[in-house]
Amino acid sequence: MLIYFLKRIGLSALIIWLAILTLFAMLNMIPGDPVSIALGPRATPEIQAAYAAKMHLDKPVLTRFFIFFGNVLSGDLGTDVFSNKSVSLTILEQLPHTIALAVSAIAWSALLGIPIGCLSAVRPNSWLDRITGIVSIGTITVPAFLVSIWAILFFAIYLDLFPVIGAGDEGDLLDLARHLVLPSFAVGLGWVGYLARMVRASMLEVMGENYIRSAKAFGLKNRTVVYRYALKVAILPTITLMGVGFGVLLSGTVFAEIIFARPGIGKIIYDMVLNRNFPVVQGAVLVTVVMYVTVTLVADLAVSLLDPRVRENL
Amino acid sequence: METPVATRSVEWEKLRLFLRNGQGMFGLVLVVAFFLSALLAPLFATHDPNQLDIAARLTGPSADHWLGADQLGRDIYTRVLYGGRVALKVAAIGVTSALGVGLLLGMIAGFGPRWLDHALLLVFDTIRSFPTIVLALAAVSLLGPSLNLVLAIVIVTSIPGYARLARTATLALKNTEFILAEKSMGSGAVRTLFHHVMPNVIGPLLILAAMDVPVVVTIEAGLSFLGLGVLPPTASWGTILNEGYLVIRSSPWPVIAGGIPLVLTTLGFTLLGEALRDVFDPKLRGKR
Repeated sequence: MLIYFLKRIGLSALIIWLAILTLFAMLNMIPGDPVSIALGPRATPEIQAAYAAKMHLDKPVLTRFFIFFGNVLSGDLGTDVFSNKSVSLTILEQLPHTIALAVSAIAWSALLGIPIGCLSAVRPNSWLDRITGIVSIGTITVPAFLVSIWAILFFAIYLDLFPVIGAGDEGDLLDLARHLVLPSFAVGLGWVGYLARMVRASMLEVMGENYIRSAKAFGLKNRTVVYRYALKVAILPTITLMGVGFGVLLSGTVFAEIIFARPGIGKIIYDMVLNRNFPVVQGAVLVTVVMYVTVTLVADLAVSLLDPRVRENL
Repeated sequence: METPVATRSVEWEKLRLFLRNGQGMFGLVLVVAFFLSALLAPLFATHDPNQLDIAARLTGPSADHWLGADQLGRDIYTRVLYGGRVALKVAAIGVTSALGVGLLLGMIAGFGPRWLDHALLLVFDTIRSFPTIVLALAAVSLLGPSLNLVLAIVIVTSIPGYARLARTATLALKNTEFILAEKSMGSGAVRTLFHHVMPNVIGPLLILAAMDVPVVVTIEAGLSFLGLGVLPPTASWGTILNEGYLVIRSSPWPVIAGGIPLVLTTLGFTLLGEALRDVFDPKLRGKR
C-alpha cells in the first residue's frame, strides 16, 4: 500500500518536473533571441531589459533552468514584466473562479450522469436505456466551446434568461451563481453522457458477476443489490475516468472562460497569448499542469484505496 | 443474433455484423458525406467562398444563399463546404502521422529494453499532463498562429494514445510462440517488428484513429475559433464560428451553420469507430 502510494506520488512529481523542463525548453530551444520571442514586438527596450535581467541570460542554459526550477518550487512563477505584478499572485486571484466552474460542472454532471447510467443498466434495452444512449452520444459529440456559443445564442440572447459576460459581483452569491449557470452547463454537458455511458458499461459487466447472482439468490431486494453491491464496484473505473478526463474538463473551462469572458486561468492564458506575454502564459500553463497531475494522482490513489487489485500494477 | 452460417468465413461474418449495426452504418454515411463534401467542395459550392455580396450581408437562408450570408455577405453554405477541406486536411495528416509515429514508438517501447520502455512511458505521460488546448495556447504564444502549428500540436498530443495501445499489444505478443520461433530462427528485431508484430497490433490502432478524428477536428475548430489556428479570410469551421460569434446578436445563422457540420462529423466518426470496435475488437470496449 505505502509503496504503491510512494511510487505513484514519485511518478507524478517526475512528470511535473518534466513538464517544467518542457515549458522552459519551449522558450529556449526556439532559434532567436528568447526575450523578443517571449514578449513580442510591443515590448519597449526597458521592458525587454527587465525581462532579460530576470532570465539571467548571461548564465549557461543549465544554470538558468535550475534557477527557474528553484523559483517554481518556492512558488515564484516570475513577474509580469509589462505590469510588474507577480505572476503567482495574478493566478491566485483568478484560480477560485476556475475551480468553481470546474467543480460545479463535474458535480452537476455526476449527479445526473451516474444515476442515469445505473437506471439504464438495471433495465437494458428499455425505453429509458435507448433514450439515454442517444442523448449521451449526442451530448458527447458537441464540443464544449460549441455548447457555450449555442447556449449564449439560445438562453442568453433568444430567451434572455441568463447574463453572458463576466463572473458576477464578488460577495453577491446569487449573482455569482447566476453567472455560473451557463458556463457550468456548457462545460458539464458532455460529461453527463460520458459518465452515463461509462457507469452503464461497467454496471452491466458487474451485474453479470457471480456474487451479484448469489446476492439475488439470497433474496436481497433488487435496490440493495444494485446500489450497495454492484454500484460500489462499478463506480471504480468511473473515478479513474474522472481523473483522466479532468484534462478535457480543463480544456472545456478554458473555452468557457474565454467565451463567457469570465475571469480564470484559461482567460489569463488567452489574454496573455494575445498580448504576447509568455512569462505569464508559462506560469499559468504550469499551474494547470500541476492541477491536472494532482487530480489524476488523487483519483488513482482513491481507486487504489477502494480496490486492492490496482496496487499490483505499476 | 441468428446462428452464423458455418460456410462463411470469419471476415464475412464480421462484415455482416457491421452492416447490421444501424448506428455504425449511419456513422459511415456521415463520414462518407464528410469526405465527399470536402473533396468535391468546388462542385457543390454555389458561390466563391470569398465572393462578397454586400446587399445580402447578415441575411438568413434564401434561394441565393442557402444558409444565409455572413457579415461581409459571403455565402455561408459555400464557406462551410470549404471549411470541411481544412478539417479533412488536419484530420488526414494529423491522424495518420500520429498513428505512424505512435505505432513505431509503442512497438519500440513494448519490444525494447525495460529502461527504454520506462523512459518512453514517462515522455507520453508528460505530454498527456498538458491539457491539449493549454499546450496549444502556450505554443501559439511563442510561434504565432498557423495551420502547421495546429497540425504539429495535434500530432504531438495524439501520439501517446496510439503508442500506449501499441505498446500493450506488443507486450502481449512478445512472448508468444510464433514470435519466439521467429527469434530462434535468427530474425532481427526490425524484421520481427515490421513483419510479425505490426500486422497484429495495427487493428486496434485503426479503430482508435477513427475515434480520434473528432478530437483532432475539434482542436482545429476550437483554435481557429479563438483566432489562434487557421486565420481569416480562409474558411474553416472555426473561423466561421469566430466571425459569426462577433455578429451573434445580428444573425444567428453563421454560428448555427458553422457548428452543425462539426457536430455531424464528430457524430459520424464516433458512431463508426464504436461500431468497428464492437465488431472487430470487443475487448476494447470502454477503454476509449
